[in-house]
Amino acid sequence: MNAPLVALTGNPNCGKTALFNALTGSRQKVANYPGVTVERREGIAITPKGHTLKLLDLPGTYSLDPKSPDEEIALEVLLNKRADVEAPAVLVAVADATNLERCLNFVLEIRALGRPVILALNMMDLAENRGIELDLNVMARELLIPVVPTIAVRKEGTATLLDKVEEALARVKPAEPVQILWHRPSPDELRARFTEVDRIMKLSTKSKGRAAEWTRRIDDLVLHPWFGHVILLTIMAIMFQAVFAWAEPFMDLIEGGVESFGLLATNVLPEGPVQSLVVDGIIAGVGSVLVFLPQILILFLFILVLEDSGYMARAAFLMDRSMGKVGLHGRAFIPLLSSFACAIPGIMATRTIANRRDRLATIFIAPLMTCSARLPVYALLIAAFIPNTTVFGFFGLQGLVLLGLYLMGIAFALIVAWILKKTSLKGPAPSFMMELPTYKRPSFRNIGFGLWERTKIFLRRAGKYILITSMVLWGLASFPKAPENATEPAIQYSFAGKIGGAIEPVLRPLGFDWRIATGLIPGFAAREVMVSSLATVFAVESEDEGEVERSLVEKLQTAWPLPTALALLVWYVFSPQCLATFAVTKRETNSWLWTTANFLTLLVMAYVFAMLTYQVGTALMA
Amino acid sequence: MNKVTKLLGHMKCGEKGTIISVGSGPMREDAPEKEGLTERLLEMGLVEGSRVEILHEAPISGDPIAVSVRGALVGLRRDEADFVEVLEDAEQ
Repeated sequence: MNAPLVALTGNPNCGKTALFNALTGSRQKVANYPGVTVERREGIAITPKGHTLKLLDLPGTYSLDPKSPDEEIALEVLLNKRADVEAPAVLVAVADATNLERCLNFVLEIRALGRPVILALNMMDLAENRGIELDLNVMARELLIPVVPTIAVRKEGTATLLDKVEEALARVKPAEPVQILWHRPSPDELRARFTEVDRIMKLSTKSKGRAAEWTRRIDDLVLHPWFGHVILLTIMAIMFQAVFAWAEPFMDLIEGGVESFGLLATNVLPEGPVQSLVVDGIIAGVGSVLVFLPQILILFLFILVLEDSGYMARAAFLMDRSMGKVGLHGRAFIPLLSSFACAIPGIMATRTIANRRDRLATIFIAPLMTCSARLPVYALLIAAFIPNTTVFGFFGLQGLVLLGLYLMGIAFALIVAWILKKTSLKGPAPSFMMELPTYKRPSFRNIGFGLWERTKIFLRRAGKYILITSMVLWGLASFPKAPENATEPAIQYSFAGKIGGAIEPVLRPLGFDWRIATGLIPGFAAREVMVSSLATVFAVESEDEGEVERSLVEKLQTAWPLPTALALLVWYVFSPQCLATFAVTKRETNSWLWTTANFLTLLVMAYVFAMLTYQVGTALMA
Repeated sequence: MNKVTKLLGHMKCGEKGTIISVGSGPMREDAPEKEGLTERLLEMGLVEGSRVEILHEAPISGDPIAVSVRGALVGLRRDEADFVEVLEDAEQ
């Protein structure tokens, strides 16, 4: 069945995606537009009459005059210029009822396209709370389009909205293709549109209501001359503490589950290579990464809440000056903060930066932001080598070391950006302008959707790369078997031992042994594989030695000196991983030269700084 | 009553007024690329006749500033704001 396509469009921060979630529920999927990495959010909605509609959530935009690659996609879809997206039959313009003037300006621009438009007046509850009273009949009459009040977070008004969409669809005659007329508006046309907005607002506003008092009061604190930075730093400190403290019970639970699953498999399967593959290869490998899901979800939870509440824009505002010092845009703070979750969405988020030089610089340093895939490695090494003591009565030493690793990445990212902007990316300072949306209570629903999306991506990774690499690594670590008169542990004779041994000389100045060398190679596919490969290698090794079962943490403590562990941590701050990141970098920058330069710079930094850490550490401990 | 014309980028926290011109007033020498800036300012609601008030300044340097305009809060750098000319309200 060919369902008609309905496109949702509107300003950023108007609750467009919340409305999309309310309309489609779980019947949605997120993909990318071919050739670019802008998220394409598509779903299915069922009208009250039982008909099916295809819904497309377009990137938020302030006008049809594109300033960034994100906005360009919205324009291309609306102007029917994309071959991969059919022409939308009806447009739903989403507007924030508490911030109507600028939203209406965009609605007028959309209306001029000649397609049927329905205005969804979202966040009506917040407007009511502030005493804003609107005559929607007058507004609809003056705008010449249907107006539907909605409260997306409570799913209110969605049925009426879908009814209106269907009515509009019934009026569309498919035989007559719509002539899309649009030209870039001149400044005077923009001014004229605001005059029209003023006229409509004057007619349809019964009560203007109060200003967003709460937002102003919160901002007096959050943007306070010095208190603002204290709050920003505190939020980040709490975020990293939470990653460790809150996740622990869940991690114990998963760890216990993986362990009993391994025992079960040991009992069920007959002893031999198949049992070893399943227990030491698959369960040990995948399980060791699965354990970190709670930490990754907590990190994403913080990022989503900060974004949804409106704080993220304030963080960009506060950071603009500091970012500006190294020649970056305050807006770059958001992609960089997303890069703490994963560099790939971070690099994609640079699409909101209009200036190409700023974008390139931001992409270049995004991999230096500690992504969540590094977290498993950090968490394992910190748990093994950093004592769990408390400093200053509140902060755990382990959390502080973690914060330190993050700060190290940030500091060097800023230095690299500064050098870039002084040399190859020299140019005039970019524009900062951005909206600081009113604070909103984050919606559980939207955050739930966001977290579910992340879980799926993480599990897919675990299922794909980590499962395969665990199996391959098990094979490499198990064969060929040791000769009869073996003097060394069996794994030394395996392929893994030989490969690791071959690379080891290069990595010896860094204090890395052949086990780390073995893990670094698949680590390029996915960073967290390092943990599963260590788990696999140590599991195979200890089995051969007939050792009593010990946790990976305990095994590491006896296997490596402290400087090696620290050097590995530092390596992970800088190392150019994973390959998927550089695939996205290539696609976004469209330059092999740039991508290669990025990769090599990070590789050299990782090698040099890890070596310094190991050599200085060894010298100090001697 | 003593009304003063000021550039938005030269106004202090708490000052308010009415926009009298966008993109045509005198600009600072080190102004960023003008390309598309006027349009962007207009899109964000900084239009002639709009009421503006400086609500917040970034810490230390006082740059960027947060301007309340048409019911929204817009953050912008002072050199960008200098493209906007404001007739400041007389002090009480």
